[in-house]
Order: sequence, then structure tokens, then C-alpha cells
Amino acid sequence: MDANPTHPEAHDDQDHHGHDHHNPTFLEKYVFSTDHKVIGIQYGISGLVFLLFGFYLMLVMRFSIANPGEEMPLVLRMPLMPVEWLGGILQNLGIFDHKLWSWDRWAPMTALIDSSGNPITDATGAPVFGHVISPDLYNMFGAMHGTIMVFMGVVPLGFAAFGNFVTPLQIGAPDMAFPRLNMWSFWVFAIGGVIMMMSFFIPTGAAQAGWTNYSPLATTLQVDGKSIFWTGPTQWLLAMVFVISSSLLGAVNFIATIINLRAKGMTWMRLPFFVWAMLVTGFLLLLAFPPLEVAALMQLSDRLMGSSFFLPTGLTEGGVPLDISGGGSPILYQHLFWFLAHPEVYVLLLPGIAIVSEILPNNTRKPLWGYKSMVYGVMTLGFLSFIVWAHHMYLTGMGTMISTFFQTTTVLISVPSVILLTCLMISLWGGSIRFTVPMLFATAFLPMFGFGGLTGLPLAFNLIDLFLHDTYYVIAHFHYIVAPGTIFALFAGIYYWYPKATGRMMSNVLGHLHFWPSLICMNVIFLPMFVQGMAGFHRRWYDGGKFFEQISADYIHYNDYISIGAYGLAIAQVFFIVNFFGSLIFGRKATTDNPWQATTLEWAAPNKPPHGNFLSEPVVYRGPYEYSVPGAERDYTPQFEPDPPVDPASLPAKTPSSSH
Amino acid sequence: MGIINQLIGIPELASEHGELVDLMLEVVHWFMLLLFVGWSIFFFYVLIRYHRSNNKVANYEGVTGHASTHLEIGVVIVEAILLLGFAFPLWAQRVDQVPVGDDVVKVRAVGEKFAWSFHYPGPDGVFGLVDHHLISGTNPVGLDKEDPNAADDFIARNELVLPLGKKVVISITSKDVIHNLALVPMRISHDATPGVTTTIWFKPTKMSSPEGWDIICGQLCGPGHALMKAKLHVRTPDAYAEWFKENSPTPAAPAAEATESAAQ
Repeated sequence: MDANPTHPEAHDDQDHHGHDHHNPTFLEKYVFSTDHKVIGIQYGISGLVFLLFGFYLMLVMRFSIANPGEEMPLVLRMPLMPVEWLGGILQNLGIFDHKLWSWDRWAPMTALIDSSGNPITDATGAPVFGHVISPDLYNMFGAMHGTIMVFMGVVPLGFAAFGNFVTPLQIGAPDMAFPRLNMWSFWVFAIGGVIMMMSFFIPTGAAQAGWTNYSPLATTLQVDGKSIFWTGPTQWLLAMVFVISSSLLGAVNFIATIINLRAKGMTWMRLPFFVWAMLVTGFLLLLAFPPLEVAALMQLSDRLMGSSFFLPTGLTEGGVPLDISGGGSPILYQHLFWFLAHPEVYVLLLPGIAIVSEILPNNTRKPLWGYKSMVYGVMTLGFLSFIVWAHHMYLTGMGTMISTFFQTTTVLISVPSVILLTCLMISLWGGSIRFTVPMLFATAFLPMFGFGGLTGLPLAFNLIDLFLHDTYYVIAHFHYIVAPGTIFALFAGIYYWYPKATGRMMSNVLGHLHFWPSLICMNVIFLPMFVQGMAGFHRRWYDGGKFFEQISADYIHYNDYISIGAYGLAIAQVFFIVNFFGSLIFGRKATTDNPWQATTLEWAAPNKPPHGNFLSEPVVYRGPYEYSVPGAERDYTPQFEPDPPVDPASLPAKTPSSSH
Repeated sequence: MGIINQLIGIPELASEHGELVDLMLEVVHWFMLLLFVGWSIFFFYVLIRYHRSNNKVANYEGVTGHASTHLEIGVVIVEAILLLGFAFPLWAQRVDQVPVGDDVVKVRAVGEKFAWSFHYPGPDGVFGLVDHHLISGTNPVGLDKEDPNAADDFIARNELVLPLGKKVVISITSKDVIHNLALVPMRISHDATPGVTTTIWFKPTKMSSPEGWDIICGQLCGPGHALMKAKLHVRTPDAYAEWFKENSPTPAAPAAEATESAAQ
């Protein structure tokens, strides 16, 4: 029997939009939709596609690292080959004056060498030529890997997709506070995404100055072309302005929704932790992104209008003094960038923790341990994340006072992080743990995130930073947090909420085939990087350290293991892709609206919730994680179920006054 | 020194303060290992002990003790020790106590795409003035030849030579984009930012092999970033003095120089 407080007869009164007679067109329903669930799914699919593309960029980079000077395999060239062919046709038709994408340009035919550095010759002794990844291509893919993963993959998926789909359902709201703004948020993001992707296909290629886009490199790069507008860095900045604006629209909407649209009885301390984390993330985006938007506009102005916000006096290029006004500061850009980009780390992380803290109680069948400490912890974390940014800049010439401040705050922020992780770990104690696929990913999140967090500790101290700054140790550290950390949590979320969004369950078998190889490969990829980093391998070397043989000799062969891990990870994702799309058609139908026997409000809505979400206005009677309540007949007591009629002999149950 | 450092394969150390960097790394890694092993034991125990097959009914209360609070306080205490005992004083030593005196070796390091120029002040110990308008193929740092202090200055391209056991102060800057002078055996690196001069100091305690140590550019600076290599040589004070003397141009007599410029 369905536990939902369903009153079909109330449906007409309930339809606050009054559009019941109006059948939305396909465009209104699926493209320019104002429904938070459709927008969430739009964000989710685009985020996943961007994640996959960012992963492809990484595979090309890993090939360059492990096999410098060797021919690029066909399989890595294939994804862009259709563009190359189409571009050739368009060029011949005179539509473009350049080929949209040309491997000859970015991976030019070069005399090949074998792994020991000797030239490869054919039978006649003539050198063999092949497509070899150029440093420019490596830098382009490196910059875009970071940008796409952070700004177009994980944040849209974690914050915008899950936040949009789940938050209004969990607080019992019919939609976001500003549905139209929500639609705008997605479409502004889409414009940014299109510009970002388009920048690969302009003659200069996309940005090549790292995802941080530091001035002066990013400002003076590709300035000698025909048009300064149609260059990678300029398009990167334009795309970022759109993406940031989109995040701002989203953040305002989330904050307004969570504050104003909670259902009756949904007090602050009855909010699922997910919603708390989204609220904090919203504030982070709202307050941290504007400085980056300013920085992007200032750098754009430096490129296009001859200002010198980030360009110092005396700058030269190729030994020739540049014709600039000068007087600017490259370090100012770094401050503005990291003032965003450190809170951004928590924007990446908090949705992950949010998802895990929904899935853990559900699968341990017991309440989240230390809910209140987690709420205060996440608020503290949010606040502290604004005052740690300069720990990315220890080596810019920082004095004692400033470095003392930032080291102290950086170490302090580990306290709320440890509290969050400890509460999640302790939540397992005393549970009756079932390993569903979402739970597998959520469980793996804990040690992986813990490992990533712990290895951040040495990097917090600037003395150690003198040695480890910009080495692979740093790469391994933050990838542990984001890849097997956050991205595992995002996968967990997809498996968990898939039945709510589609009415069908994802396949368990494919889920296991996705999870185990992913877990192993993630570690094969990132664990060796700590060792390489300690040996002095620096990041952004297109040849993986081959040129610095003295430093890399002992550990350069680790690059081969990492490559194997990366290919393995790619194969493991095939199971996910098949599962994701296949389950739409072949997935087992969810037998109830609450297939995981969960307690939070989204499970009160019917599967594939209609526009307006709930069939009747939900009322909240208790906290979010009432699992295995002593004396209850089932091991879960949902937030939306009134207390059962009590035995007249016992005390009256505490039921909030109801308007019905 | 250091079991974990050895195990992970920390590279050769050749500077005085580097021992403290390595010691701190070792201590922090032990601390991390302790936490990670502790957490892992707890984690795997709980996953097995409270698996559905071993525990049919979950406990609503969960943990009631205060062990986690004690753990968090412990973490804070260790971190405070690391900060107050290592990080703050040692950074202050790096930044506030830059050595001065005749015995100190002074070098300017100037980064460019994709090479380093090491500017030595010559026997007078005073750097000549530099001006970016004077930069050319033969004058990579834009040394002002008119300046009397510049007469005995010399530039070593992609080669940093230092004497063993003497304090070295390096002022780092860049001409075009941000680079990073990373001296792995010295456990030191610092950004070379155009328009900004940063200062680092250290004391080499070990001779380099004849081929020298690699100097890395630690900050993405363009397509040649992975190939921006220079060499660091640490020699005996005598060998260094000889090299220094060989490279220092003999200053022309000031009178002669004056005549020359008057003639132009």
C-alpha cells in the first residue's frame, strides 16, 4: 500500500499554475522548461557529457605523458575526426577560411621515435612519420580539461542538477522560487558551454594557459593573430562570464527557494542535510563568483581594450618590450581567481557530501550521526572557505604575517572537514548495512575523500610547499577529493534518484561492473602520482618528465601504469553509459514511489513527479532520518507520514496542528 | 632520514633548511598514516560487523561516546604543534632573516620563455641597474652598461653555480610570464613573476655531480614549459671563486669609458 498522503480529488485545487487545460508543446516541456526537474535533468545530462569529454581530453594528455614523441593512436583521434572531415568540406565550400579541426595542425606529422628515443625507420631506412601530440595541444587540452571538469562538469552536475532535481522535492516545494530564472540559468550556462566548446574550433585553438588562466601568460598568448577576439583565451573569458552569470542566477534561486518554500512543518532542523549543504553551496557561489567575473572582465579588457590591470610595467615578449601601459599586477589576478577558486573547491565537494549523507542513513537504516554538528560544521566550512584562498599562492613572495594568517585558516578548515567525515563514518556504526549500488559508491567516497583530505595536510604548510608546490603530489591530492571523492558521490546520487526521475531502477549487475573497476582504476591512476610528486615531477609537462631525466628516471615508468588505469577507467564507464540509457527502456519498474524505503520528502512525490511535484501539499511531521525508530513497526518512518493513531491510553502524539 | 620519506623515494637533499622540510614531511606523513590506518580499521570493522547479515536491526542511537570529540581535539593539537613548532618559525626564517654580509652569495634569477638568466654582481658585490628597454639577444637582463656597478656584472645562461656551505640569496623575477624557479635538491622554489621580485635564501650542503642538478620551471609558461631546464652546480668555494673570476669581466677604466661615450 502506498504510503503517500495522496488525495487525487485535491488535484485541481492544488494546481496553482492554473494551466491544467494547457498542453505544453514539446519545446515548452523539454527544452525551454521552467520545471525544476526538467532543468535538473538538462543540467545533469550536459554535466555528464562534459565530464565524458573532459575525460577524453585527459586520455589524450595521458597518452602524451606516457608516450611522448610516439604516434597518437587512432582511437584517440577518432572522436574529433568527423569534425575534421566536416570542417574540410565547409572550408572547401568557402564557409570557413580554416579547417575547423585539423590533427595536422595540433598533432603534426613528425618523425617518430621509439620508447628509448631512437628514430623509427622503415625497411629502407627512411624515417617513419606519424601524428605526434604537440605541446600546444597538450596545453590546450590541459587547460580545457580543468575548466570543463570544474566549471562545466562537476558543478553543473553536483550543484545544478542534483540541487535542482532534489532540493524542491526534499523541502516539499512545488518548484523553485523563480522558475523562469531557473530556465535562464540553464540557458545562460548552455551559451557559455557552446562558446567554450566552439573555442576548440577557431584557428588559434582553445585557451592554453591552464584552468587558472594566469596573467600575463593568458593575456599575451595568441595576441599576434588576425583577430584578438577570435582567440582561445578571449573566448575562454567570454564563456566564463556566461557560466559565472548562470551560477549566480542559480545560487540566488536556491537560496530563495530553501528559505521561503519549505513545506509546512519543515523547520530548519528538520531539513535533510542535503538541503543544508545546497544552501551553503548557494552562498559560496553567490559570494565567491563575482570576484572571478570581475577578474575575467578585467582580463578581457586587458586583451581587447589595451588596459593593464594585470600587466606590470616592463613586460617583454621574446625580448621585445610590449606596447602596454603597464602598472598592473599579475598577483592581483591570482588573488581574484583564488578568492573564487578556493570556495569553488567546496562547491565541488559539498554536493558530494550532501548526496552521501542522504544515502548512508538510507542504507544503514539508522539516523545520520551528529546531524547538528554536521549542520554547524558545513556552515563553518563555508565561512572558512572564504579566507584560505592565498594558500595557493605561498610562493608568490608572501611575507610572514600573511602566510601565518593563511596557514592558520587553512589548518582550521580541516576541523569542520574532519567533523563532517567523522560524522559520516560514525553513522555506519550500529547500522544494518545493505550494499545497494548507490551505497557502494557512497561507501567508497569515505576513504577516498579521507585520503584526499589527509594528503592536503602537508600542502597546507608553506614550508613543505617550497618542495611540493605544483608537483604531482598536488595533482594526486585534489584529484582524490574530486574524482574518486565527489564524482563517486555523484554516481551514487544518479543510481539513487534515478527511479524518482524515470520510474525505473538502474541495473544492479551493470552497477557492480561500473563500480569495482572504477574504484580500482581510480587508485591505479592517482596513487602513483604521490610518489612521482615526492620525486619532484612537476605538473603540466607534456612529456611526463622525459626531458628531466635526472628527476624522473626512477619513476617515469609509473606513467605507463597510470595510462593502463586511465584506459581501464574509460572501459568501466561504458557499463555506466549502457546502464544509464538502457535502464530507461529495460530497467525494472520501480514498484512504489519509495523504492529505497527512504524517509525524506522526495519519496512522497510520485515517480516522474508531475509539474508541481506533489499530489497534495506535503506536511512534515519529524526529522529527516527517522530510521529504525524504536517501537515503530517498520524500520523507516518518513517525514511525511503522520504519527499512527495512538492507543488512547498512551500520551497524545506530538502532531503539528493541521489545517485540514 | 625518515622511513616514510625513504619509502616514497624523496630525492637527494642538499641544503641546510631542507633537513627541516624533510623532517616536517616525515612527521606529517606519520600523522596522516596514523589517522588513515585508524580510520581504515574502524571503517572495515564497521562494514563487516554491521553488515545486514551480521546485524539485522539497526540501532537508532548509534555511538553514544565522545571518542570522536577527543579525536578531533587530538587532531587540532597536532596541527597546532606543526604550525607553531615548524611552519611559522621556519617560514619567518626564510622570509624575515635573509642573510646579509660579504660572505653571502647574491644572484638575480630572471626567467623568460624558456630559459633562465643568472645575473651575478661581480667582485664588487653590487648589481648594476637593469632596464627592460635595454633587453636584447646579447643583453638578456637589460643590464645598463652606463652604470659603474654593472661593469663587472656577468650573466650565466641556464647555469647557476654556487659555492658549498655559503648562504645564497636569490632574487627572482621574470621578463615575460610567470615562471617558477624550482631547485628540488635545495627543497626550495619560488615564483618568478614579472614586475615582482621575490627573494629566497638557502645554504647548499652538498656538492653536485659534474653534470649538476636540474633546475625546473614549476609554473606553466607556454609550449616550452616542459623543456625549460637549467643546471645547478654546487662547487667547492675555491672552484666557485675560480669560476666567478673567469666569468667576471674586467671593468674598463672609468676614464676610458668616459672618453668612449664622449666620442660617440
